[in-house]
Amino acid sequence: MSKYPYIPHTDEEIKEMLDVVGVSSLEDLFSDIPEEMKMKGELDLPASQSEGEVFGYLSKLAKKNKTTNDLACFMGGGAYDHYIPSVVNHITGRSEFYTAYTPYQPEVSQGTLQYIFEYQTLMANLTGMDYANASLYDGQSAVAEAAIMTTQMSKKNKIAISETADPQAITVLRTYTHARGMELVLIPRDGMVTSLDKAKEIVDDTVGTVIIQSPNFYGYIEDIAPFVELAHSQKKRYIIQSTDPTSLPIMKKPGELGVDVVVGDGQAFGIPLQFGGPYLGILAFNKPFLRKIPGRIVGQTEDMDGKRSWVLTLSAREQHIKRERATSNICSNQGLNVLAATVYMSLLGKKGMKEVSYQCIAKSHYLFEKLSGLDKVKVLTDKPFFKEFSIGFDKDADEVLAKLEENGILGGISLSRIDESLGNGLIIAVTEKRTKEEMDKFVKTLEEVL
Amino acid sequence: MAYDKLIFELSKPGKTGYRLPSLDVEGKDLSEYIPEELLATDELDFPEVSEVDVIRHFTNLSMKNYGLDRGFYPLGSCTMKYNPKINEDVASLEGFTNLHPYQKDEDVQGTLEALYNVGEALSEISGMDFMTLQPAAGAHGEITGVMLIKAYHEHNGQNQRNKIIVPDAAHGTNPATAAMAGYEIIEIKSKPNGMVDIDALKAVVGDDTAGLMLTNPNTLGIYDENIKDITSIIHDAGGLVYYDGANMNAILGHSRPGDMGFDIVHYNVHKTFSTPHGGGGPGAGPVGVKSFLKPFLPKPVVEKKDDGTYYLDFDVPYTLGKMKAFVGHVAILLRTYSYILTMGKDGLRDASTMAVLNANYLAQSLKENYNLPLDRLYKHEFVLAGIKDDTHTITTLDVAKRILDKGFHAPTVYFPLIVPEALMIEPTESEPKDTLDDFIKALNEIAEEAKTNPELLKTAPHDTPVRRPDETKAAKDLVLKYEGEINA
Repeated sequence: MSKYPYIPHTDEEIKEMLDVVGVSSLEDLFSDIPEEMKMKGELDLPASQSEGEVFGYLSKLAKKNKTTNDLACFMGGGAYDHYIPSVVNHITGRSEFYTAYTPYQPEVSQGTLQYIFEYQTLMANLTGMDYANASLYDGQSAVAEAAIMTTQMSKKNKIAISETADPQAITVLRTYTHARGMELVLIPRDGMVTSLDKAKEIVDDTVGTVIIQSPNFYGYIEDIAPFVELAHSQKKRYIIQSTDPTSLPIMKKPGELGVDVVVGDGQAFGIPLQFGGPYLGILAFNKPFLRKIPGRIVGQTEDMDGKRSWVLTLSAREQHIKRERATSNICSNQGLNVLAATVYMSLLGKKGMKEVSYQCIAKSHYLFEKLSGLDKVKVLTDKPFFKEFSIGFDKDADEVLAKLEENGILGGISLSRIDESLGNGLIIAVTEKRTKEEMDKFVKTLEEVL
Repeated sequence: MAYDKLIFELSKPGKTGYRLPSLDVEGKDLSEYIPEELLATDELDFPEVSEVDVIRHFTNLSMKNYGLDRGFYPLGSCTMKYNPKINEDVASLEGFTNLHPYQKDEDVQGTLEALYNVGEALSEISGMDFMTLQPAAGAHGEITGVMLIKAYHEHNGQNQRNKIIVPDAAHGTNPATAAMAGYEIIEIKSKPNGMVDIDALKAVVGDDTAGLMLTNPNTLGIYDENIKDITSIIHDAGGLVYYDGANMNAILGHSRPGDMGFDIVHYNVHKTFSTPHGGGGPGAGPVGVKSFLKPFLPKPVVEKKDDGTYYLDFDVPYTLGKMKAFVGHVAILLRTYSYILTMGKDGLRDASTMAVLNANYLAQSLKENYNLPLDRLYKHEFVLAGIKDDTHTITTLDVAKRILDKGFHAPTVYFPLIVPEALMIEPTESEPKDTLDDFIKALNEIAEEAKTNPELLKTAPHDTPVRRPDETKAAKDLVLKYEGEINA
């Protein structure tokens, strides 16, 4: 059996072990499987290969991709090309972290438990909320998990979400709410932001949750305060803000605005784009939701010797007890990605977090000003934006994107792909990684293309 | 003195752990970009630490963790097998990590090819026709599976099917999953031999049965000999049968859920295909279906054109929608693919064979000092009903905590609920006989200590960074974030 590096048994050991078990062959270990249920023949898969062969093949596949190293990435839409400090991968690459199990045995998991506790602290401080949990799958599913929680607490059955939210978040929410028999209504946009007037018509007594994304999917900052007021105009109606956490160091915190629950995706904090996953679902919330939140949470306590230590807590909500009454079945978190985000937030710290935000806003405004100066570019709104914005033009967006790509630029997301009524145009994201040179090239190329 | 700092306690104003390039465009005052009333008024309450502080802090934390690379993790039903290093190298290839999920199909052919192929391989291994790679974890695969059942019945106008049957030897998340999809749960008891009670099953099926959730081998490590009858009973009643793939590592290449009559299967790729558990995630939970369910899968699905190119197909006629953003946990699925290619059809089968050998070897070797309720063949895991202790003072918790002192991770304890004082053990194929023998020796020593020095067990563990943290206090006096002053 020694041909497989991960299977350590020698023939002699196998024989000794079979003797202890009391069977005469390895096949006999499967004699409890009814004959008709036994697989006949072999799996229709290639035979085992050496590490070099597998690595060679997969490297070849990797080289077939055109990456954000080859192309200057101005694509956003919930996934952003931010710089990842070297330290992050060195820490997440420590096998004590990545080969560890869910911290059910706290004595041998203090490392994992403590960094989750630190993450909870950083996220709570960043959002201005009372607490944060140990993370969910991604920002989009976090919208759904949070909405189900608040709507159940409201004892109502309807959720209102702004049309300017990430279309994938809306679809995920629709999928989850449909299965639970909850109703979903969209609050239309007015230009590039959510219509407050329409929201006032839609958010009636039957609505338990209002969801606004800011900055919204098109890049623009929503004025959250009046929506908070609208949501809270009735008892037991809650507002969830979905947000890009890189905007928070410079923006008024959701907690200060009176939002009940904050969700978002922490991918920007040290997690590679990797074609969509795994990312990091943020869930921060205020006290009333503490015993209802989906997912895990870590609490501080003392051990037998009075030493400060950490454990998973409030797990009665999870799979262990009361499981038939669970509001969520989530039982993992994004452990390693939580670690990446914690390391990232620690490294950047008080000033660096703000500086990344500032560079994003300064650079994105530089590009916007240059692009809006082009004859054939239509400025769609004068609303404030953070690091992402939308522009319109007459030419087919896919054609424009193709030309930009020929010039080494991933130019953004086609507006009409998201909402046909918006016509041709692009949603463009600018992170701190983009240089003036890349932006000037973007402007020059677009001018030529349009 | 053991390291005992929080990152916040290292902070000193003026320290920094990062450096950005200088801003190469003109920067204005923030209020020129965004109206003043929308801007932050307070400083961010974050620490200020240097890069060396960060490296030392997290390295010190890592040393308080027990990882699989350090030793044996005999966790029943959690399948903690070795995580091959090539998988990590593959997933961190620049060509895979630096791809934006909105890039066009032409740009990402390498990734799409890998995803398509891993889907095909997972279908073959499970005996299913098609996979969705979207689910983010095993439990997420479960809910996807149950939503598929729902979408199917709704499409057929069978909305009265509002009950899901779950045997008591099911996985912990199954009932929560069914509840989450809006179903009523019917639990059926197992027979004394650990198998599903066929009569009990027959008694509860009807035209309100949406489906059955089952794993085989079950959480007791037993392959249900009546599996074909079980799936037939549900099908005859018009329901669908969902296979919880948590125990797939026991049967790779030996028996397939698709051939047992299951309609839907989920995998936990960390359990079956060696992707790291990561202290709780991220994982991936691909779901396989028989072809009649393909039109209901979450979108997009990865497809191959006649010309050999790959694309994301968003045109799924009766799609249940989306379970999360984008195509799935791509970086985890690449690790999965790397493992499948490395092991191949022969290696996967042998992995199961050796996992089963290891489990039975341990079961037979431990039954002298520990209660083995069913003395029989197991698949990849088995459950002991606590230590043989005439004084009845030593609990399974005591045993588990003492195991930590002996240099091993503890087995799963008090699960499944149907076995008193359960110690659920799963050695996996990656452990050599020597390790198993050391583990047996350690457990036998504990049995001896239970007689001669029970206090030693009651106060265990003794050699870990902390000792039995007070969970009651944690839940009562909730401290869920650092309460001290940062930069005090």
